[in-house]
Amino acid sequence: MLDLYGSQIGSRLLLGTARYPSPVVLAEAVKRSGTEIVTVSLRRETAGGRNGGAFFDMIRALGVRVLPNTAGCHGVSEAVLTAKMAREVFQTNWIKLEVIGNHDTLQPDVFALVEATRILAGDGFEVFPYTTDDLVVAERLLEAGCKVLMPWCAPIGTAAGPLNLSALRSMRAHFPEVPLIVDAGIGRPSHAMTVMELGFDAVLLNTAVAGAGDPAGMAEAFAKAIEAGRQAFGAGMLEPRDMAVPSTPVIGKAVFA
Amino acid sequence: MRLIINGEPETTAATTLSQLLAALDYEGEWLATAVNGELIHREDRDDHLLNDNDRIEILTPMQGG
Repeated sequence: MLDLYGSQIGSRLLLGTARYPSPVVLAEAVKRSGTEIVTVSLRRETAGGRNGGAFFDMIRALGVRVLPNTAGCHGVSEAVLTAKMAREVFQTNWIKLEVIGNHDTLQPDVFALVEATRILAGDGFEVFPYTTDDLVVAERLLEAGCKVLMPWCAPIGTAAGPLNLSALRSMRAHFPEVPLIVDAGIGRPSHAMTVMELGFDAVLLNTAVAGAGDPAGMAEAFAKAIEAGRQAFGAGMLEPRDMAVPSTPVIGKAVFA
Repeated sequence: MRLIINGEPETTAATTLSQLLAALDYEGEWLATAVNGELIHREDRDDHLLNDNDRIEILTPMQGG
């Protein structure tokens, strides 16, 4: 089981709820993925709250945990206020903390992220920080009160897959006891399996599932890949080598002339 | 009085945050409200008096990644 702030979670796939063709498709993808945690956001609307209410009712009917996000926030005060408003609505101390620092790459502003984490952790929040793969930033986030880290593996929505395996491997080695969830940049199940083989604890996905031809089918494919990657990590994989090694024993081989 | 509601200028006769939500036809337990950058809890909306040029944010759950 995956331990996230004291909660025992069975599935190692966290699923975003944005950009699905329809609510029905979203619900089917959530079901087929086996996920126990979905991310949601807060937004302005003009329909008197009824659109948000209908969406929230649908999410609650799925019976999964909600991880609210601060997507689109660009500064400490904006992110902190959004987190507090999310707690008011969703009645959870969990918050996926996003503080965006660059419009083109949607790279987190790690300085603001650490500061916002400090404020929110002091206010009882359990912060899931969307961060880079920088070890020093990770240290600061842990000092600020995070018990989970969520490094990107590529910019949000790019589907580029893990661009810096070495950095992700270092992060795993440096923080063996901290739950590490890869957030952002995963495009296909093999990407998810790769990071799970590195020993990551979970994967957070959205666009790769929502944008697939068959989102529910893709959600299930990701679930299988994540499980396989986790099992492979636990089973211990061979390290690659340069020279060939015969897999069939040489002893007892017949000699013909 | 004049207010900025979700970024748009509005004129209202409401004097409290609760009255404003009712006047705008907002309903439900899934709303979050902030005035001038401060969260106003659900239970405090009846007592929260509005002032000219207050900036009101009313947010609801939406799809997110």
